[in-house]
Amino acid sequence: MGYEFDWSGVLNLKLWGSALSITLSYAAATIIGGMLIGVVLGVLMLSPRLWVRAPASGYVQLFRCTPLMVQIVWFYYALPIIAGFSISAWIAGGLGLTLYMGAFCAEIFRAGVISIDKGQWNAARALGMSYLKMMRHIILPQAARRMVPPFVNQSVLQLKNTSLLYVVAVPDLMYKSYEIAASTYRPLETYTVVAFIYFLILYPLTKLAKRLEARVDR
Amino acid sequence: MTETANGAAPRPMIRLSDIHKAYGAHKALRGVSLDVAVGDVRVLIGPSGCGKSTLLRCVNLLEQPTSGTVEVGSDRFVFTENGRMPPARQLERFRTHLGMVFQQFDLFPHMTAVQNVMSGPLIVKAMPKAEARDIAMALLEKVGLAEKADVLPRNLSGGQAQRVAIARALAMEPAVILFDEATSALDPELVDEVLKVMRGLAEEGKTMIIVTHEMGFARDVANRVSFMDAGQIVEEGAAAEVFLRPQNPRTRSFLSRFHMRDGAA
Ligand SMILES: Nc1ncnc2c1ncn2[C@@H]1O[C@H](COP(=O)(O)OP(=O)(O)O)[C@@H](O)[C@H]1O
Ligand SMILES: [Mg+2]
Repeated sequence: MGYEFDWSGVLNLKLWGSALSITLSYAAATIIGGMLIGVVLGVLMLSPRLWVRAPASGYVQLFRCTPLMVQIVWFYYALPIIAGFSISAWIAGGLGLTLYMGAFCAEIFRAGVISIDKGQWNAARALGMSYLKMMRHIILPQAARRMVPPFVNQSVLQLKNTSLLYVVAVPDLMYKSYEIAASTYRPLETYTVVAFIYFLILYPLTKLAKRLEARVDR
Repeated sequence: MTETANGAAPRPMIRLSDIHKAYGAHKALRGVSLDVAVGDVRVLIGPSGCGKSTLLRCVNLLEQPTSGTVEVGSDRFVFTENGRMPPARQLERFRTHLGMVFQQFDLFPHMTAVQNVMSGPLIVKAMPKAEARDIAMALLEKVGLAEKADVLPRNLSGGQAQRVAIARALAMEPAVILFDEATSALDPELVDEVLKVMRGLAEEGKTMIIVTHEMGFARDVANRVSFMDAGQIVEEGAAAEVFLRPQNPRTRSFLSRFHMRDGAA
């Protein structure tokens, strides 16, 4: 192997700084947005009324069963044709990521709530609690604990998924690494560094998820 | 809807009339009628799956009867096939008059013993916290668990948990308490401490419906006993009568499986 490493062109913090902050901002914003959508959709999915439940489930299925890359591309290239105005890559990417996260969060929320033992619902209702009071004081405090580990896991995936922003040329970490590799002719070093950056962010997060899981299991 | 005929026999606390309950094609209750007088202790016995829990759940309307009439105190609900449940508000208020104690205790695991007992007054009645706490502490005292007030349910024994659950039901000052196999999930040595509390309530004159397999206890505390089989009450009478001289062959065969511990519990 006669390859000579040359890290000089790629180990430059200034080079990666803005891309890193774009990746992290997208992750944070779309995780928060997805969480809000997830709670609303999750509540709808728990409704006893079919006409409330069905559209929410439909949404969740649609976004869970299509690739995120297709969604982002669709919002960027297809939606403008229907909408009649162009949508910037920044927004198309953010929209895809948020709605996608929302679908998974809805499912996490729903699963957390229905995992609570039937006895808890019975006991709360037998005391005369209304649905809202039961949810607020009995079901959600218990369900929230169980939602935390899958939510952290989904957030880890979401951060990785921001790398798909490159398809619409949002200058995130992934897109930036293309640029750097192209300009330095050093793909090995570049992609190794970008992998390492992702790893440094995500490894602690997965550790955290494990810890939380252990705590909830107790 | 609630006419009280003057001069007639006193209204029962609970009156169920021709209650049917179907789960799909399966008929869990087939025309059950039942009167429980104020201060009576009614014991329901019968083989597993005969519909005892379903009947209790129809009394506090955790379950919607397919048809029949449920009357408790001055509330009266008539159910017909394809009918609806009463409005949520009305149901919730109705249920505050009925306490229920479950086989698996079903304490709220994220709340301490005293918080569990306070939960009804605090959350449902919006009672001031200090007042709810005083009531809860008095009830924990009554069931012998004042020193466990700040303990989480997972650190209580089954017998202690069930006594907290009884206190939780009592905190709402219900007119009626329903017990669904309150001791069936307990280790044998923990049964008596719970039965003792229930016995105390009976002596106070609380109106109760008790589903139990503790026949010695049932014979001691029950005023009247109903034997259920396959979704119907097939025999009913004074406790002494039913236990000593069961008339129905099914009752006889069921009771013969229990050898009663004399003076048990
Ligand atoms: N939610 C339900 N859905 C379908 N069947 C039920 C349900 N609850 C009870 N059953 C059935 O109704 C019958 C009576 O059940 P239950 O009232 O729990 O009996 P018991 O308390 O006397 O053991 C049983 O055959 C049971 O399988
Ligand atoms: Mg039962």
